[in-house]
Amino acid sequence: MKFVRSMVLISSDPQSVAKGANEVYACLQDEICKRGLESEISVTTVGDIGHHDAIPMVIVYPEAVVYGPVTEKDVPFLVEEHLYKGRIATSLLAPVRELSGRIAWLTSRKGTLPAEHRIVLERVGIIDPTSIEDYFIHDGYQALGKVLNTMTPEEVISMLEKSGLRGRGGAGFPTGTKWRFVSRGQGNQKYVVCNADESEPGTFKDRLVLEGDPHSIVEAMTIAGYAVGASEGYIYIRGEYVLAQERLRKAIQQAKEMGLLGEHVFGSNFSFEIHVHGGAGAYVCGEETALLESIEGKRGEPRPRPPYPTTRGLWGKPTLVNNVETLANIPPILRNGAEWYSKLGTASSPGTKVYTILGNINVTGLIEVPMGITLREVIAIYGKGMRGGSNFKMAQTGGSSGSIIPDSLQDTPMDFDSYAKAGVAFGSGALLICNEDVCAVDLAKVLVNFFRNESCGKCNPCRVGNQRSYEILTNITEGTGKMSDLEDLKNISDNMFQLSNCGLGQTAGSPIRDILKDFRAEVEAHIRLKVCPSGICPMSGVRV
Amino acid sequence: MPTQTKIGKINEIVSKAVNQHGAVREELIPILNDVNRTLGYLPKEALELISQQVHVPKSTTFSVASFYHMLSTKPLGRHVIQFCESAPCHVVGGHQVWQALIENLKIKAGETSPDGKWSLITTSCLGVCGVGPVMMVDDDVFGNLTPDQVPGILQKYK
Repeated sequence: MKFVRSMVLISSDPQSVAKGANEVYACLQDEICKRGLESEISVTTVGDIGHHDAIPMVIVYPEAVVYGPVTEKDVPFLVEEHLYKGRIATSLLAPVRELSGRIAWLTSRKGTLPAEHRIVLERVGIIDPTSIEDYFIHDGYQALGKVLNTMTPEEVISMLEKSGLRGRGGAGFPTGTKWRFVSRGQGNQKYVVCNADESEPGTFKDRLVLEGDPHSIVEAMTIAGYAVGASEGYIYIRGEYVLAQERLRKAIQQAKEMGLLGEHVFGSNFSFEIHVHGGAGAYVCGEETALLESIEGKRGEPRPRPPYPTTRGLWGKPTLVNNVETLANIPPILRNGAEWYSKLGTASSPGTKVYTILGNINVTGLIEVPMGITLREVIAIYGKGMRGGSNFKMAQTGGSSGSIIPDSLQDTPMDFDSYAKAGVAFGSGALLICNEDVCAVDLAKVLVNFFRNESCGKCNPCRVGNQRSYEILTNITEGTGKMSDLEDLKNISDNMFQLSNCGLGQTAGSPIRDILKDFRAEVEAHIRLKVCPSGICPMSGVRV
Repeated sequence: MPTQTKIGKINEIVSKAVNQHGAVREELIPILNDVNRTLGYLPKEALELISQQVHVPKSTTFSVASFYHMLSTKPLGRHVIQFCESAPCHVVGGHQVWQALIENLKIKAGETSPDGKWSLITTSCLGVCGVGPVMMVDDDVFGNLTPDQVPGILQKYK
C-alpha cells in the first residue's frame, strides 16, 4: 500500500455518476497532475456515501472534509484551495446535518435524535472497494481468521442463533436455524448461495454492499461454507448490476491470491471456492428456488417447496441461500459477539436494517438504522419531511411484494413481528412514501402491472390472476368499473395467495387486498361517482 | 436468407463464448448473454449453434432465451431505450416522461422504429430508484427526468 498525504474519495454510485461523478473524477486527476501532486494524493472512487441531496460528493481525508455537490468547474478551485494551499474550500462544503451515515463523527450530533447506525454499510463509501488492503485495515477477514482458528462449525452456528439475526430478504427466517438445517443435511457436497438478484422495485441496498464492500460478502460466504460444511459457493447477481459483478470477481481473485479463498484457507484444512453467476433479467429469480434453477442454466421457474433448498437445493444437494444484507451482518456478529448484536434493534428482530427511502419526501436515498424505528421517524428525520409540505397518504414497503401502509400504522415499530401483527409485510427494505397526489388505485395498477410482466407463467393463479386483475383495475381507472369488480378482485387475490406455487404469486395480490381494506372509499369513488379523487386516473370511459 | 459471411461471423462469436465459459449446461445463460451483447440479439442461427455446442435440445435453448428480459430473440434498434415503469418512478412523475418519450419517438412500448434507430422497452426496476424517473439508453443511465429533457437526450444519439 502506498502512503499519501491526502486521500480524495468521490462518490460513484450510479446516481452520482448520473450527475457527473466520472467527469469530476477525471478533472480531479488532471488538476492534481497539473500541480505535480500525483505522488502525494490518491484519488479513489467509492460507492454510495449517503447524502443523496449533495452528490456527486468529494471527501478529503485526513481532514474528513465533505464537499458536495461538486461539479467539474468547481474542481480547479477545490484542488488549489484544499490540496495545494491546504485551506478548506468553505463555499463548496456539503450541507451539514445533525444526522448522517458513516461520516457522523465529523458532523455534530446534537439532541437526542437516533443517529444512523451502520453495520452492513460500515465500510461502504470509505474504502476503495477494489483494494483488499483497504478491507484489511477496516477489520477485514478478521472474523474469518477467528472462525477458522478458534471456533468449531457448531460454535459458529450457535453464535448466530444466539444473535437472533433474521434473513433480510423479506421473509425474516432466523438465519442461525437455516444454517443448522444445512449443516445437518446429508451428503458430502453442499453449496452456499448468495442471493444478489435484488430486483424488488425501489430496493438498491444490496447493490451498494456489492459495489462498495465486495470483500464482506466473500468473507461471509467463506464463513458460511465452513459452518455448514460446503466447499463451493455461488453469488447470483442480477444481470443489470454489471459493476457489482466486476467488483465481486476482482474481490474473489484478490482473496485467492492472499490464500483467503481456495485451497487451505488461512492455512487450515478448509477449502472453499466462489463462483459469480450473472442473471439475465428476471424478477422471479430472486425467489430462492427459481434462482437455483437459473444457476443450473434453466428457465427461472420456482420449484415446489418442500423440499426446501436446505435439504434439496442446487443440483439436488443441501444448499444455504442467504440475501446479501444478511451475509453482510455475519462478519460483524462473529467479530463482536452475539450479545453485542442482540442488543441492537428490538428483542424479536435484533440488528439494523437498511432502507431505501423514496417517493414524495425531501431527501431520498439509503439509510441504515436499528430495527424498530417508526415510519413517522423515518420520514421526519431522514426524509426531512414530506415534499412541499404535503400530507402523508400511504407508504409501500418492501418493493412490490410488500404492503401498502396506511396513515394509521405510521407509529408502528418497523420490525418483522410488529408488522406481521399489524397484518402488513415488512418486505425487503424499500419505503415508497406517497402523498395525497398519488391515487391508491393507480398505484395498485402499477404494482399489478409489474407482477403481470414478471410472472414466470408456470402456474395458473399468478399468470391469469395478475392479467385479469390488471384489466379490472384498468377499467376502474378509466371510469368503467363495476361494483361487482371489487368482489372479483377480492377472489382473485385470495386465490393467488392460496394457490400460487411461489412467493411472487402469493404476494402479488397484496396491493389489491390492501387498497380494498384501507382505501375502499377511494376505490368506490372511481366506480360509483366516476371520479378519481387525486385527479390522476384518465377516466376516459374506455373499457378493456 | 442470411449470407455465408454472416453465418461465419455468428459461428465465430458463438464459439468464442462457448470456449470462454465452457460447453456445459450451467453456462448456458452466460453464453447466451455474451452472444446477445455482441450481436444485439439472438438470431435463430446463433441459438442452433449454441444448442449443438453445449449439447442441449434447441427447444431448451429457445425456452431459456425467451424467458429472460435481457435476452432478445428479435433484432432491436441501434439504440435501446429501457424505461422503468415500476412504482417508485411512477409516483414521482414517470408517466409524464413516458408520454413525452412515445410522442417524440412515435413508437409504442416493445416496438422498433421503422428506420431501425430506436427500440423502446418498458422494464422493471433498474435499481437507481433514488433519482427516479429513470431510463437507460443503451448503457447510459438518465435520472431525475422531466418531460422537457426527453428531446435533448434523444438528440445525443446518432
